[in-house]
Amino acid sequence: MARQVAIYGKGGIGKSTTTQNTVAALAEAGKKIMVVGCDPKADSTRLLLHGLCQKTVLDTLRDEGDDIELDAILKPGFGETQCVESGGPEPGVGCAGRGIITSINLLESLGAYTPDLDYVFYDVLGDVVCGGFAMPIREGKAEEIYIVASGELMALYAANNIAKGIKKYADNGKVRLGGIICNSRKVDNELPLLKAFAEELGSQLIYFVPRDNLVQRAEINKKTVIDFDPTSGQANEYRNLAQAIDNNKMFVIPRPMVQERLEELMMQHGFMDAM
Amino acid sequence: MTETDGQLAEMLESYPETVKKNRKKHLVIKNEAAESCPQIEANTRTIPGIISQRGCAYAGCKGVVVGPIKDMLTITHGPVGCGYYSWGTRRNKARADKTTPKDQVYSQLCFTTDMQEPDIVFGGEKKLAKMIDEVVALYHPRAINICATCPVGLIGDDIGAVAKAAMERHNIQVLAYNCEGYKGVSQSAGHHIANNTIMEKIVGTGTERKPGKHVINLLGEYNIGGDGWELERVLTEIGYTVNCVLTGDSSYLNIKTLHLADLNLVQCHRSINYIAEMMETRYGTPWLKVNFIGIEAMNQSLRQLAQCFGDPELEAKTEVVIQRETARVTAALDQYRKVCAGKTAFAFVGGSRSHHYQYLLRDLGMEVMVAGYEFAHRDDYEGRQVIPMIKTDADSKNIPELHLSPDPEKYREAHEHLSITKEQYEELKKEVPLSYYEGMYPNMKGGEVMIDDCNHHEIEELVARYKPDLIFSGVRDKYVAHKLGVASKQLHSYDYSGPYAGYNGALNFARDVTNALMTPAWNLIIPPWEKNGNEGSENHA
Repeated sequence: MARQVAIYGKGGIGKSTTTQNTVAALAEAGKKIMVVGCDPKADSTRLLLHGLCQKTVLDTLRDEGDDIELDAILKPGFGETQCVESGGPEPGVGCAGRGIITSINLLESLGAYTPDLDYVFYDVLGDVVCGGFAMPIREGKAEEIYIVASGELMALYAANNIAKGIKKYADNGKVRLGGIICNSRKVDNELPLLKAFAEELGSQLIYFVPRDNLVQRAEINKKTVIDFDPTSGQANEYRNLAQAIDNNKMFVIPRPMVQERLEELMMQHGFMDAM
Repeated sequence: MTETDGQLAEMLESYPETVKKNRKKHLVIKNEAAESCPQIEANTRTIPGIISQRGCAYAGCKGVVVGPIKDMLTITHGPVGCGYYSWGTRRNKARADKTTPKDQVYSQLCFTTDMQEPDIVFGGEKKLAKMIDEVVALYHPRAINICATCPVGLIGDDIGAVAKAAMERHNIQVLAYNCEGYKGVSQSAGHHIANNTIMEKIVGTGTERKPGKHVINLLGEYNIGGDGWELERVLTEIGYTVNCVLTGDSSYLNIKTLHLADLNLVQCHRSINYIAEMMETRYGTPWLKVNFIGIEAMNQSLRQLAQCFGDPELEAKTEVVIQRETARVTAALDQYRKVCAGKTAFAFVGGSRSHHYQYLLRDLGMEVMVAGYEFAHRDDYEGRQVIPMIKTDADSKNIPELHLSPDPEKYREAHEHLSITKEQYEELKKEVPLSYYEGMYPNMKGGEVMIDDCNHHEIEELVARYKPDLIFSGVRDKYVAHKLGVASKQLHSYDYSGPYAGYNGALNFARDVTNALMTPAWNLIIPPWEKNGNEGSENHA
């Protein structure tokens, strides 16, 4: 049975980049992985596919009806990863959340979840804005969640909110928080702040990914760092993150903080020292 | 409300404190000694979890008001259920006439965009636009209504923009109603939304007044089981020209000329008073609340109506028709009264019906012990004088209020509409309650119960307490009543019968009520284990 992993975090924090680099590292280590992009922009698999996915599940469904072949939506990417994009409506139209539900159901009925998969990764847009975007953590789809965060205020607010969502579904199901991934923004005292934040949630800081411009260069070339510059230090950072996830045994029901406590924590670790 | 505390405390006993406090405000027991009606809470949210009698805003807009307009093609934009279950269920009858040929009567048909999952995900605007193009090509309707259902509002389809574009494409009126089911606290919100659009977009666009000395509109009459036709028969014979029955068997063409009539009659106050009021503001058209249910009520309404025009010939003819029709039905009603007299009933319908039917039942010697409205506002119970005192809340503010001003060209004073002098009009106002509805309360007798937004639990308790012989309600309560061993008739759809309005309607009603009361089934429902020495036990199924 494949481990089902969902990556959440504030918009623009680097979820897709972190997910794809981690997936690339795991694939390089021989794991069989499917990546499900759950963002109407359909850019969650761009680095693995060396370009934007041409046809999303929902586009295919709309154009061709229910009678779809799996090959039409499942594209092979870097290291034999299986890539699929849920897709969705244009901004301001329809219901993207319902779209996620539709496409995950379709993937299931088409038999995309094969027994030989080691991992399924869900890359979910921004915040959990409605029930549709919580789909991967509902109904036992994703069982382990990693939240990408940084030392910036808004990133931690979002992470705490996501933890609330996880707790809601964890109480009735199997979903657990696997840890916080710090995608560093080089904020003062970022490491201790993130460590304290993760511990306060009852979880762990599973890895601290340092900031490196190489990531941006790889992205411009539509590649993961592992793919673009496999011998670089940053590639090793992602390999370490992948290994940490692969070896992870700590899965908890998070204890989200009240707003006051979150602000207190920030004052303690971030701003007091900086002042 | 100490009376409620005493008499109906038991009914509320099983509620949690907050619910008890809430429901108590929706209950009034008539006290003959008290001068005016105590305040009753109405048009507020139903408590979640309570099985209410209410419908939704879509039901009010499409099901009640715009659906029956026979030559307007009404599209339900949404998944198929809303359209399907509102298809013909209210039995609003319609037929072709001189200006509307058979192939332009659409009220028997059901049109829906049947939204599927991809339409929810990607938005349903394109599908709606395509459907409009298709129905225009197939049916060539004079005008189209688009009624929104819940998901349409949630995903934010801009049906107004789709309607506007379609209007330009096809050169006919396409009207969009944002009557998503969740708008407002009951179907009342949908009535208001429909009234606003009809008033804003249709009324006043026609130019040809129907020929006749006294041209009237009958508003809030939905021709259920043919009610409107029976009333038209009588009104026409007396000498009126019925310009439009809104909206039972109405046509778009006639609604366009609503403003060219001399007087508006209002039958169902709740669902249509907005148009009556707005027409009074914009065109100066006076309106008269009428009740054509029951012989006495019918006769009184006809007399008041005749008085409005100050025309002796009209008044004389009115008397002739009243005498003849009353004499014609009285003998038959006397026969039915033998069965009905002394029997009691409950009535839970609408925003006027629970009031109107009290008159007809009294004609039969029956008394309504408990009467309630589903979706009424305080003025339907207490009278229109309370309107300035009604507090607006978040739910009522959610429904747009049109603020109209007199039309610079079409406005005429009320007395000019009626072709009487200003002095005559002032005199008339003293004798006939123009622009007024007294509400249900004054007509009720001491000890009788007035209840707003009643529910299954309360019906069971009230039945146990008052043991009525007949319950008039909708389909949701019909079988609850039957399970309690009480005969029940639907007053939304008249089951399969009608008309019940006017003289012939009274006969039909008396026959149906007599049949219901005489049905031997109610004597056969006591199970054997309750028969054997256990007969005193309560009649709960």
